[in-house]
Amino acid sequence: MSLNLKTKINKQAWNRYWDSLKYSLYVLTHPFDGFWDLTHEKRGSIAAANTLLILTFMTNLWNLRFESFLFNDTRWERINIWSQIAGILAPLLLYVVANWCLTTLFDGKGRMTDVYMGMCYSLTPYILIMNPVTILSNVLTKEEGAFLAYFEIIALVWAFVWILISVMQIHDYSLLKAIMAIAFSVVGMMIIVFLIMLFFSLVSDAIAFFVSVGKELIFRFN
Amino acid sequence: MKLKRKIAAALLVVMAVITACPTGVASATEVNTYTYNYDYWGLEYESPDAYQPMSYTDGKMLGITPFKQAQSMYIRNNSIYVVDTGNSRIVEILVEGDTMTVVREITEFTGDSEVLTLASPQDVYVDTNGDLYITDQGNYRILHLTKDLQLVKEMGKPDSTLLDAENPFEPKKIVVDRAGRMFVLAKNENQGVMQFEPDGEFVGFIGASEVTVSLVDIIKKKFSTKAQRDQMVDFVPTEYNNLYIDQKSFIYCTTDVFAEADLDAGSAKPIRKLNSLGGDILIRNGGWVPCGDWQWDDAAGMNGPSRIVDITAMEDETYYVADRIRGRIFAYDEQGHLLYAFGGPGNKLGYFMYPIAIEHMGTDLYILDTTTGAITRFARTEFGNLIHSALDEYSVGNYDASAAHWEKVLAMNGNYELAYIGIGRALLRQQNYEEAMEYFKVMRDDENYSRAWKYYRKDWIENNLGYVIVVLVVLGLIPAIIKKVKKIRWEARMQYEFESENKNK
Repeated sequence: MSLNLKTKINKQAWNRYWDSLKYSLYVLTHPFDGFWDLTHEKRGSIAAANTLLILTFMTNLWNLRFESFLFNDTRWERINIWSQIAGILAPLLLYVVANWCLTTLFDGKGRMTDVYMGMCYSLTPYILIMNPVTILSNVLTKEEGAFLAYFEIIALVWAFVWILISVMQIHDYSLLKAIMAIAFSVVGMMIIVFLIMLFFSLVSDAIAFFVSVGKELIFRFN
Repeated sequence: MKLKRKIAAALLVVMAVITACPTGVASATEVNTYTYNYDYWGLEYESPDAYQPMSYTDGKMLGITPFKQAQSMYIRNNSIYVVDTGNSRIVEILVEGDTMTVVREITEFTGDSEVLTLASPQDVYVDTNGDLYITDQGNYRILHLTKDLQLVKEMGKPDSTLLDAENPFEPKKIVVDRAGRMFVLAKNENQGVMQFEPDGEFVGFIGASEVTVSLVDIIKKKFSTKAQRDQMVDFVPTEYNNLYIDQKSFIYCTTDVFAEADLDAGSAKPIRKLNSLGGDILIRNGGWVPCGDWQWDDAAGMNGPSRIVDITAMEDETYYVADRIRGRIFAYDEQGHLLYAFGGPGNKLGYFMYPIAIEHMGTDLYILDTTTGAITRFARTEFGNLIHSALDEYSVGNYDASAAHWEKVLAMNGNYELAYIGIGRALLRQQNYEEAMEYFKVMRDDENYSRAWKYYRKDWIENNLGYVIVVLVVLGLIPAIIKKVKKIRWEARMQYEFESENKNK
């Protein structure tokens, strides 16, 4: 009986996860409606957002690895998977934190998880466009493949516009306010990076100071 | 205390042993010269020697006064003409096999002129008759002498509005084409190459290089005062530093005046090939424009990119340039691919302190070093010969023979880019697309790969047309099937729910 209940709950959780993941396709075509319901109607989930983020990492790596060398100048020996992932993850997390900090001060309605979900759901077009591009690049010649670069641009522009709409809908902002929020989030990201660097340099200076004091003491009393 | 001393003693012994031990470095210096080429990523790979230094000859060994600041050299048939600027003479040396003998030292000539001696001559050109054309810079003139040193004509500063009246006429370099037209580079004349008719009449400049002005410079100039502006470097065209005329009367010119930023952007053209109208027709199909080194470190007083001082072109249209910064010789083929590079800075045989002139006799290269005042002869090795015969076969259309040579090159140097591409091209012509693609891919030659891939794809589709159609049809059917299955399942469920509802009732 208990086992049955457990499987039932698991199934419910799975269904909820699957629905929220499928919901990203709805968001892809109905951004205003989609992003509103994403948070206000609880149609999205953190698990689905994480999945989309991981898929974005994979898409990026697949593209680097499997795109035909005709269009891809990647020097394989120089690629580090972790730094590739960090290259996406670090700005994304910084943006989420900065955007949340900013919008909380300027009566944004979204919580941090909402901002994170909005961000990750906005990455769907990148995943859905770049994977076919990777496959197609192995079929086309250099001349035919000239338009592949445009697809990459379309994917990025699409994702960016969707991020903008997600900010509008999640925080209940006007377009202008959303643009300002994103612009100042970027400034906020820089400030965070600056503070982190300042913190670490001060800490390392402090450590160096105490180490040298210690050395001096050992030298004097030896 | 005792322990400390013991440790110190032990350390000393260990260090003495380490320093006394012979290391591998000593034996590694036995290699006379090295050759390298660059791969797609701009990394250099060592390769077997394409040229080996054969002999080193200075003035003392020739039994004459040592060369002093020799500035140039010219080779016609078996004779080397060394322009010994510091001693104001031109030395003719005859080469027979391995021996070099001085034929004559030219310091004066006969004829109707006020000054019958040379004063710091800069360059000499010898035509097929043996006539000498000398840029006699110290006397501000160009001389045309017969083989027997009889003056034919002398040319001073041309009376032309194209030239700045204040500058003295100081000719540097000269070449003469088959029709007897003279092409001259003069000091402080930066409008290109001066062209003189066979009778000595100045026609004008050809091959003036375009003035490159950056946006930043323009803005800077806009916002500076007149005093500041006068201090700034004027926007002047680059000045050539050397000339070479090939069998087909094309003029190769080199310059060492360019900004490093232009080189990085690929817009600097340190080597040019001029046609009769002065247009630059050098082919630059290589991974990078012909400019010497692609990558360099600043060390030991050798800073910045290669600065090319001289050029010589062989009959097969490969050309060789000498770099004065690092004493290297770079060889390029007709298409502008770097074939190999060798030489370097140093005192040993095959290395240079300051190479100033490069010439060829047959396939041998002769390089004049102005600091040591010596001529080094390089002879082509088997590896070098293979490369050149492969290029020659390709240029006359024997692609398979060319590929056979490239195969041998590859056996000696597995990193040789042009060999892979050459073999790939031959395979492409034999319609062996799959293998051709492999060869192109190894060297990341995207254009040739693309071409091979296009044919391969076409063949593949033609051979597998049946499968292609089946796959397309199946792909078209799948959504329809899924739709149908869903519909059936939905109907079954509705039926079931309807029935169970009725049962409950």
